[in-house]
Amino acid sequence: MKLQRLLAIVLKELRQLRRDRLTFAMIVGIPVMQLVLFGYAINLDVRQLDAAVLDQADTARSRELVAQIEATQVLTLRYRVSTPQEVNDLMRRGKISVALILPTDFEARLERGDRPALQLVVDGSDQVVQAAARQLARFPVPDAAGWTQQVTPIEVVNFYNPERRAPINTVPGLIGVILTMTMVLFTAIALVRERENGNLEMLIATPVSPWELTLGKVLPFVGIGLVQVTVVLLLGKWLFAVPVRGSLLELYLAALVFILASLSLGIFLSTLARSQFQAMQLAFFTFLPQILLSGFMFPFAGMPKVAQWLAELLPLTHFLRLVRGIMLRDASLFELWPALAALGIFTLVMLSVAVMRTHKRLD
Amino acid sequence: MASIDDSATVIRVRGLSKRFGTTVAVDALDLDVRPREVYGFLGPNGSGKSTTLRMLCGLLHPSSGEIEVLGHHLPKDAEGLKRHLGYMTQSFSLYRDLSVNENLTFLAAVHGLPRKRAHQRIEELLNRYWLAELRHQLAGTLSGGQKQRLALAGAVLHEPDLLLLDEPTSAVDPQSRREFWESLFELADAGTTILVSTHYMDEAERCTRLAILDRGRLVADDSPQRLMEALPGRPLLVECDRPRQAQQVLEGQPGVIALAQIGAALRMLVEDVEYENPLSERLRTAGIEARLVSGTANLEDVFVAATRQPRQSAGEAS
Ligand SMILES: Nc1ncnc2c1ncn2[C@@H]1O[C@H](COP(=O)(O)OP(=O)(O)OP(=O)(O)O)[C@@H](O)[C@H]1O
Ligand SMILES: [Mg+2]
Repeated sequence: MKLQRLLAIVLKELRQLRRDRLTFAMIVGIPVMQLVLFGYAINLDVRQLDAAVLDQADTARSRELVAQIEATQVLTLRYRVSTPQEVNDLMRRGKISVALILPTDFEARLERGDRPALQLVVDGSDQVVQAAARQLARFPVPDAAGWTQQVTPIEVVNFYNPERRAPINTVPGLIGVILTMTMVLFTAIALVRERENGNLEMLIATPVSPWELTLGKVLPFVGIGLVQVTVVLLLGKWLFAVPVRGSLLELYLAALVFILASLSLGIFLSTLARSQFQAMQLAFFTFLPQILLSGFMFPFAGMPKVAQWLAELLPLTHFLRLVRGIMLRDASLFELWPALAALGIFTLVMLSVAVMRTHKRLD
Repeated sequence: MASIDDSATVIRVRGLSKRFGTTVAVDALDLDVRPREVYGFLGPNGSGKSTTLRMLCGLLHPSSGEIEVLGHHLPKDAEGLKRHLGYMTQSFSLYRDLSVNENLTFLAAVHGLPRKRAHQRIEELLNRYWLAELRHQLAGTLSGGQKQRLALAGAVLHEPDLLLLDEPTSAVDPQSRREFWESLFELADAGTTILVSTHYMDEAERCTRLAILDRGRLVADDSPQRLMEALPGRPLLVECDRPRQAQQVLEGQPGVIALAQIGAALRMLVEDVEYENPLSERLRTAGIEARLVSGTANLEDVFVAATRQPRQSAGEAS
């Protein structure tokens, strides 16, 4: 290993990257696009949802509250119904996605403050609606100002999707998904490119060692990965107010470890692929299980045991535990050590297999 | 590497073979290349020239046989050899999306040239190979001949003792080829040993020594002059007014090694003088007025004879 050679390769790789407009655009474009795409689903600024109101109390106060909620423009009250049955019907047929239900004892509940005074029934099969409902649930009911903290004045009832997923869960997960996509794909392609373009034949005849070459080509991607993390964090904060509750440094450390794991997967794939197209296919082949099983798409606890075991082998599963722990629960890396160790082991295994498969020859 | 003893061989190959599955690309090759030689590799497509060159620089593992290059035994000691070796691949293998300058700078760093020396050497090469004006152009946008010059510059950047060139002048115009070969002799004069594969007879003729490969086997190995003198057949010119018909008549006749129409005449290579009369008889009976004139041997005759009759001319070299 010689530093001069390593630097020469890194420099060359950066130059090529700068000239490769498409790749360059994708490195920045993928995080932004994904965040906006997924962000739309968690966009809290939803307006004009079709709604029905079932005002069983029908008092001055209840009518006033309905008018106030309507004034927020989150809901458009299309139907005034008189039985819960009608609410059910409208929702099943997709006519409405939200229903406001004010019980007959609305006034009494407001006075006592021991049970929610208002029910918000939402179509839980729709992410957008869920997010809007949560926003509405925070609507200040004027007469409940003096309530104790245990009971919220508005109760949200999820139809069709009782297991409610916080939208905030999506952004930390998205960091993992974006890193998986770019790190694995771009390294695998970058490493195969040299072989496919015939540069390798020239390089093998020089004193470059295969590991200088691999490391030199992969190092720029570590930096790129960290830039992507930053882009997602900043956009997440500006657009969706996603917090980082734990230590930012530890978050970056976790990301770094995950980047290394993904890069080693990319390096391993590059030893299997003969062409850039194959590398791309292999990379996609590893995305699907990662995205489906890691807990990004579906809750981990709800998956069958076999799927859970399989998921334990995937780096994204462990990174999601790290990133959600740090960002949302203010957990420390130390507390999350099993996930960190799993990523470390994954990296070592992948690199070892890749080393065994790499030799400085053409045949 | 210390300076090379002139009596020593730069490349010594014994019984070298390479198989790809069932194909035998190189078959029991023996080769000796001495210092400062411009050693030519001639052979039809697929005869194993590239495969041999690749084994000589450690890119491919031989299936069997011994290779010693500049005192390094391959494939064991391939890494030690690499700093003394320059290799120019058959197809352009520098980075198309880097400029001329960037490519050379990269190679200089890869070979571990100190920064100052690298700069100096690159300037020198840019001037020698007429690349100075193109230094900021992307390598992928260079013309065929410019690419070859850049590749040569890249291969000699670290001043190797041995230069392996795989068809360096394919797709290069005659004038540029001449210039390219001038620079090869310049390098040879400066002490570099050169092994170069080619399909051009005029280039082959300029080599100090020539090996002809056919289907992986060495079928001739000597200086071009001696190869022509020792031509196993006799070149004849068939002068007639209907060379195409004459060619059809003569095709496949006993004693005929090769036929080629050259302008209005027909060039024929026959195995021996004794076939001359029966062949002109054959033409006459076919109703073609022709005169057979003996021609002078050229390298193409040697090439055709050697690659058509591998058994007879194998091991022709003394
Ligand atoms: N990697 C490989 N796998 C399988 N067969 C190969 C491989 N490389 C070369 N061959 C075969 O070996 C034989 C020799 O090929 P080689 O490239 O050495 O020929 P060549 O003399 O350089 O031909 P050309 O003049 O066309 O460049 C050919 O039949 C070729 O198909
Ligand atoms: Mg070839």
